[in-house]
Amino acid sequence: MAPSLCAQCKTSRALILRPKDHTKLCRACFLTTFETEIHHTITSTALFTRGERIAIGASGGKDSTVLASVMKTLNERYDYGLDLILLSIDEGIKGYRDDSLETVKRNAEQYGMELCILGYDELYGWTMDQVVEQVGKRGNCTYCGVFRRQALDRGAARLGVKHVVTGHNADDVAETVLMNLLRGDLPRLSRTTSIVTSTPSLTADPAANTNIKRSKPLKYAYEKEIVLYAHHKNLDYFSTECIYSPEAFRGSARALIKNLERVRPSAILDVVRSGEDMAKLVPGSDEGCGGVCASSVPAGEEEEGGCGSAQGRSSGGEMATMEQALSSNDHAADNGLEIEITTSKIAKTAAPLPLTVGKSRKVPKAPHASRTQPKKQVMGQCKKCGYLSSQDICKACVLLEGLNKNRPKNHIEVGYEPDKEVSGVADAVKDIHVGAG
Amino acid sequence: MSDAKDEGMIKITVEFSGGLEMLFSNERKLSLTIPAKDEDGTRSNIAFLVRHLCDTVMKDPRKELFVLDDTVRPGILVLINDADWELEGEDKYEIEDGDNILFVSTLHGG
Ligand SMILES: [Zn+2]
Ligand SMILES: [Zn+2]
Repeated sequence: MAPSLCAQCKTSRALILRPKDHTKLCRACFLTTFETEIHHTITSTALFTRGERIAIGASGGKDSTVLASVMKTLNERYDYGLDLILLSIDEGIKGYRDDSLETVKRNAEQYGMELCILGYDELYGWTMDQVVEQVGKRGNCTYCGVFRRQALDRGAARLGVKHVVTGHNADDVAETVLMNLLRGDLPRLSRTTSIVTSTPSLTADPAANTNIKRSKPLKYAYEKEIVLYAHHKNLDYFSTECIYSPEAFRGSARALIKNLERVRPSAILDVVRSGEDMAKLVPGSDEGCGGVCASSVPAGEEEEGGCGSAQGRSSGGEMATMEQALSSNDHAADNGLEIEITTSKIAKTAAPLPLTVGKSRKVPKAPHASRTQPKKQVMGQCKKCGYLSSQDICKACVLLEGLNKNRPKNHIEVGYEPDKEVSGVADAVKDIHVGAG
Repeated sequence: MSDAKDEGMIKITVEFSGGLEMLFSNERKLSLTIPAKDEDGTRSNIAFLVRHLCDTVMKDPRKELFVLDDTVRPGILVLINDADWELEGEDKYEIEDGDNILFVSTLHGG
């Protein structure tokens, strides 16, 4: 097959076939085109303001590495006047982040950016390893997922940064659109298609976690092109199999997207655009009211899947395998949160109750959240931490409350207060009824 | 004895990245010698190489993470001498001596 020439410069050999329009480009033209399109996304949405301090949510993975590299390039090329820093979250899982944090540290040097690594212990008072020790392996994914969703916002608040950018790409958005479509959840769909999923400032308190703006400059960038960009630009990134599995539903949506892309590459952007158009039809959508109306969902509440998802994704088959591996020791790997809390309480006093009957896979809900309808959420702030929440107390704070109540381990309180233990079990059982109903 | 001709075999480089190396014993780069022609006597192409990798190189039992429906799994990019395989005829591309074939996963996170 004769090599084809680049459609743009018409001199170099074409190496890239663009999924969105089948243009054939050489390496240099591809890199420039990719960057220019991100620039257009940024300027057409007026994403940044001059002098703004921006935290780039960095995991060392391909998406955030490409985001950091492109942000640096554009900030210099077009003189955005942005102050860019890298913000990484360490869940505190021994060994898990070692390699990816090393990658982020190298990136910080390569890009000449300040790097801040915040641990779950600093943000929540608990590392994931400690959580696992407390609740067992089974429930930890719920904790990690809920904590992760707020971690960047909490971290940014710590640093006094008001705007966090994440590496979510077109494939991620398309996947989320499909998931919400399949769930019939248009309000949430409308929220997640927006490029800025900012948590609106309900208070004037600048320290509140709720005042952080979140955006995704790579929203229209194909994952395929992100990987090709990293490859052709020789970027240093880290890949891993997610050690905790996102929900199977997300994996299926993912596989569907990738299969569609094989047959019809434009499908990914088409789904993103359809999502945006549908969002406009949703009453009280972000498009109409700037994101402060009742249908809003807090930034991170939905767009990132289970544990490790946004930056750490694996395919359906892998997830199944991972799941099996993870649950080999314990048979009820995917129960909701309610049950997890219960088993952890009970584990100390009695044999585990057969609580798993009839529990179907669904998005885990905090006990307090399960009583309300998901469709008509009224956004307020968590009374404890100030994070935007549809409940009085946000999911993270509910989980933390449970953890802190049971913090014992060091205190050897088991057996000293049998009454308390018993009532704990009773409470937990009550919660199960609520949760399953 | 079986292959007396010296053009019977070709030497190529096969690379894995983006997390795919984890399916290949963490080898990122392999030098392979493969038959110039497949079982049917036609020039070896990418489809043949993929079968070859599955049958003789890949120790990981999770073949479906690499191959699905007899072709490279959607979400895995194939670059032939740095060019997208879609520009080269995909799995019908006939491999030449000295070729570099890179498989990159887009499915893994970081
Ligand atoms: Zn060119
Ligand atoms: Zn809270």
